[in-house]
Amino acid sequence: MHIPDGFIDGKTTVTTAALAVAGVGLALRQVRRTLPARHIPMLGLSAAFLFAAQMLNFPVVAGTSGHLIGGVLVAAVLGPSAAVVVVTTVLIVQCFLFQDGGVLALGANVFNMAILGAGGGWMVYRGIQAVLPGPRGRLTALAFAGWISTVLAAASCAGQLAWSDKVEWRAAFTAMVGVHLLIGLGEGVISALIFAAIQRTRPELMQSTEPTCTGHRWREFVRYGLMVSVGMALFVAPFACPWPDGLEAVAEKLGFAQAATKPMLPALAPDYAFPGIHSAPLATAVAGVIGAIFVFLLALLLARVLIPNRSAPVSAANSRP
Amino acid sequence: MKLHLLEHRHAQLNTIIHRAPAELKLGGGLVLIALTVLIPATIPGWLAFAFTFLALVIAVSRIPPMFLLKRLLLLAPFVLGVVALNAFRPEHRAQWPWLMGRSTVCLLTVILVSNTTPFCEVLRVLRRIRMPALLITTMALMHRYLFVLVDEAQRMSRARASRTFIVGRRWQWPVLATVAGQLFIRASERAERIYAAMCARGFK
Repeated sequence: MHIPDGFIDGKTTVTTAALAVAGVGLALRQVRRTLPARHIPMLGLSAAFLFAAQMLNFPVVAGTSGHLIGGVLVAAVLGPSAAVVVVTTVLIVQCFLFQDGGVLALGANVFNMAILGAGGGWMVYRGIQAVLPGPRGRLTALAFAGWISTVLAAASCAGQLAWSDKVEWRAAFTAMVGVHLLIGLGEGVISALIFAAIQRTRPELMQSTEPTCTGHRWREFVRYGLMVSVGMALFVAPFACPWPDGLEAVAEKLGFAQAATKPMLPALAPDYAFPGIHSAPLATAVAGVIGAIFVFLLALLLARVLIPNRSAPVSAANSRP
Repeated sequence: MKLHLLEHRHAQLNTIIHRAPAELKLGGGLVLIALTVLIPATIPGWLAFAFTFLALVIAVSRIPPMFLLKRLLLLAPFVLGVVALNAFRPEHRAQWPWLMGRSTVCLLTVILVSNTTPFCEVLRVLRRIRMPALLITTMALMHRYLFVLVDEAQRMSRARASRTFIVGRRWQWPVLATVAGQLFIRASERAERIYAAMCARGFK
């Protein structure tokens, strides 16, 4: 998802750079104010960890493999502002040392992956955790937020490319979001598995770092909410609103886009058309909501598998002293 | 995955390009990239000029061209993907060569700058242009411990591979996730030791 140089034009470069500077500046201020000094090296080490963890390839099928992206995982452990700083650092170092993502496109990449990915993902994480407390709810929230953050970043990336008139919005959106709906599933599962593994061995690690941002939570919520809505309003909404019914025609013209569309649609809504709903945007929205609910149920199931019901063995152990 | 990219770095050569001040190289690279991205397609002479200039720099800095070619090919997938998406817009077909040329110039510029400038010099320049200190500290620490943690991850996967003869498909992901989780725990323990060492040396 790293955009190279030459793919976004002047106006997009300037807009995304301004948004990225504002977001990272706010995150830095927040970190300086709330993160205890002894956790400062943890930021650099988390960035190095994300990079090293990306070398572990999780095999999928037939030779393909996925790896951790990790913004939401870091946000769950260190808080959203620290995660924005960590992911931004990773992106800058990747840009300079590995030429992954362009120099002028750095603003766009930071906005998509650090601010939307980590910050927006954290909002989803906290929101679900407020409804579903407990360790199981935490894992559900993490898995679902990992998926959402990947899809959000992909949609914004497609919007930026389309705004620069480099690709056609519908083709870019179907290809990018379609692929990242699947990649996001992997990201959610990997994040939850790693989080569960850390919690199993060092539960106090989470508790020692997490409460550093208490008291500022609502402010961070407002801040990242604002950032995410500005991003969506600028990069996604202008294209998504006049959603034409020509989607099918384009998808037919592009053989691969047809394939890419498939995972985007849950089996219930094969043509974006629900009985009784005739407006295309509404049908798309309904399909999106159903897809999200489906993934949320998967996340619940994952959390249930990862944290089995221990009440039975405990009572058995107690009854047999 | 990407580690081999770091192993053949050519920052150790001693040519006039390597010795040039980092400010000049970073600033020049940025200007070249900005001009290449922002100049409209109606001035075709610009790309030719940029390529000639880069070829001159490559010749003077004695970086092997094959190495550059390999790096460029590794980075091509995104470019090719966007070109493929453009293939379905007949009216934009004329844009491709321009788009390809443009992104090649930008990539070559960054590859050249990063292979002739040590990372600590880059950090020094960033500090001079008043980048927030916290971000620079984080970048410096990340760059310092990147290789340590990558080595650690590889040692752990090797140890895991030597202990499990056959991993069932079902268990592959949980086992890999345990390795990654352990890596995070070790990273955070290392961070605590680093903080103690920083304090001992008069941090803050």
